[in-house]
Amino acid sequence: MSSNLLITGATLVDPHHEQQGSADIIIRHGVIGRGDTDDLPVLDAKGLMLAPGLIDIGTFSIDLNAMTAGGITAAALMPDQSPPLDNAALVQRAATAGKPAVWIHPIAAASTGLAGGDMAEIGLMKEAGAIAVATGRQWIADSGLMLNIMTYAAALDLPIITHAEDAALVGQAVATTGPVATWLGLSGAPAIAESLAIARDLMLAEQSGAHVHFRQVTTARGFDLIRAAKQRGIRVTCGITPAHLLLSENAIGAFLTFTRLSPPLRSEADRLAAIEAVRDGTIDLICSGHDPHGPEAKRLPFAEAQPGMAGAATLLALSLALVRDHVVTLPRLMELLSAAPARLFGLAGGSLHVGAPGDLVIFDPHAPWQIDGDTLPGNAGNTPFDGLPVQGVVRHVVKGGRIVT
Amino acid sequence: MTSSSHTPSAPSSGGAISGRALFPHKHLLGIGGMAPWQIQCLLDEAEQWVDLNRSKTKHDDRLMGMTQINAFFENSTRTLLSFEIAGKRLGADVVNMQVAQSSTKKGETLIDTAVTLNAMRADLIVIRHQHSGAVQLIADKVDCPVLNAGDGRHEHPTQALLDALTIRRRKGRIDGLRVAICGDVLHSRVARSNILCLTAMGAEVRLIGPPTLLPEGMEQLGVQSFTNFDKGIAGAHVVMMLRLQTERMEGGFIPSLKEYHALYGLNRERLALAETDALVMHPGPMNRGVEITSDIADDPACSAITEQVEMGVAVRMACLDVLTRGRRGVEGWA
Repeated sequence: MSSNLLITGATLVDPHHEQQGSADIIIRHGVIGRGDTDDLPVLDAKGLMLAPGLIDIGTFSIDLNAMTAGGITAAALMPDQSPPLDNAALVQRAATAGKPAVWIHPIAAASTGLAGGDMAEIGLMKEAGAIAVATGRQWIADSGLMLNIMTYAAALDLPIITHAEDAALVGQAVATTGPVATWLGLSGAPAIAESLAIARDLMLAEQSGAHVHFRQVTTARGFDLIRAAKQRGIRVTCGITPAHLLLSENAIGAFLTFTRLSPPLRSEADRLAAIEAVRDGTIDLICSGHDPHGPEAKRLPFAEAQPGMAGAATLLALSLALVRDHVVTLPRLMELLSAAPARLFGLAGGSLHVGAPGDLVIFDPHAPWQIDGDTLPGNAGNTPFDGLPVQGVVRHVVKGGRIVT
Repeated sequence: MTSSSHTPSAPSSGGAISGRALFPHKHLLGIGGMAPWQIQCLLDEAEQWVDLNRSKTKHDDRLMGMTQINAFFENSTRTLLSFEIAGKRLGADVVNMQVAQSSTKKGETLIDTAVTLNAMRADLIVIRHQHSGAVQLIADKVDCPVLNAGDGRHEHPTQALLDALTIRRRKGRIDGLRVAICGDVLHSRVARSNILCLTAMGAEVRLIGPPTLLPEGMEQLGVQSFTNFDKGIAGAHVVMMLRLQTERMEGGFIPSLKEYHALYGLNRERLALAETDALVMHPGPMNRGVEITSDIADDPACSAITEQVEMGVAVRMACLDVLTRGRRGVEGWA
């Protein structure tokens, strides 16, 4: 298959320009170029939108069908694999697992076995292709170890991706303390479990000079801390998934285990604070948090079900709701989904400029469909949005000039 | 006295409500979702079984030929026994399945168990499970009515119904009474179901307990919380003590049983602060000398604790009867 392509008729959504216009895109040898188009195979994208492929920071699974359906052309893979990505060989293997459809960028485990005890071989893993270091699904409770990891990673110029939930405060909790958890009889942890963890890691980041990235921030007080830290000049960034932007704890309903997430769904006030944090730029990027689980992990009592959701296939469609609700413009959304992740983690992509990789998503932002867990592309259909009507269908994904779909 | 002075009325379009319209639920999963007149329907139905249970024969054959499976995933003696007696007195074939630990160790999931019970053509399944929401999960997978005998911290609806029946019989009403629910509310499904039931029936509910054992969000139903026992109990018509669930006390909720008894145990001096003829209740089993002193628990003048056990059988008979009417082809309940 050729890595040369001419895409005609699409409306371009360039994260770096608010103006959207129609223009042809030329890809030669996998890279966006210009010049003669005579010999190029043509992809007609009339009536569709074209943007840089989505770059998904912090997915738990290499799930190519789901990613392609969601318009994702590159993904940073969490170290929470089996076995955990805590040595160079495993990182190297993971880096090639998605080719040619999706570039997988492994994230190194911060501690051996993700156990929070000893520092993993971060430097060797960087050489093997790791683009960042992460604490995994868990917070590292040992502040001394966390400071050492940050100091060490800062010298290697690797960002630290951390999970912001104070482990002792969370305990066995499966929901956020409040009326919903109370009436359902679910054990809850207060929302400050998040801000408490953020506060510590911000101080450690300031002390060490490391770039700390909170994979998901979901509470009003968490956003306040991040906002203040950015003003103070601390190297901090954060992400969020569509779930915490569009759903509150009320979605748990009658113990729907697809809504069991980590961190758990929050109050409506926190959800509105998250929307505001997208609007004012406190949130740097939107990710899928893709964590597919089959029925054996989800068809259980709420507290026994695995946390996590299938998010890749719905990432673009759900995020487009933010544009329709006038929270962000379409180019700004593509900044959050593509350009910012590329810039913050030093990845190629996120741009339509000449010389950028020919990684593109071509979509119809208005086409309606209904999210259905039973037919969702990918390894599992555990979406908390099961049954929701949405708009936005990925028509084509182009990776390095090759048409993936 | 057997009827309430306060009669929450069903939405009526002129004609009398009867049959299925009186109690339209397939299962009994919780008090939440039940309208006041539906609660009242079950309480009214229970009265006849109180009378039967006090008679010589104690038997009725209306559930003859029906199979009732009591699937208890959490240890229980009195609730299991109560459901077993209720089923047998109505003529059902009752089978007990104590699955406390065994099946999960063998790796069978709850859904598999539900499917198995369904394949055995049970006509009624009574379930207790240690996880909130587990009973609903099973109810979604089986064809027959499911009764929740307690799921995690979520609900224990028959306990709330038997408590309501006890109060109604002793006090003549529920509407307008001040009911203090005292102790470990956080971990208590009994408290949740009782709050829903009693507020629906018009009572004023107060919660009393250590601040660490009072959950958030209770004020949404107009329920007031007190951390000072003496203030909370003042003027109460009913004092409902909860069992201190010592098995769920990991994590430092209270300093010691001794301190708990000193601050939150019910004794004569504290009871004197309530209304003069206040009714004392406890869902059992009691931790004597912890949440309640023996002289109160054993004093028939104020304690309704043994009567609660008696009402439990009657209320459960009412629930078993009402929920199987559709299957039994009772007129108007198809």
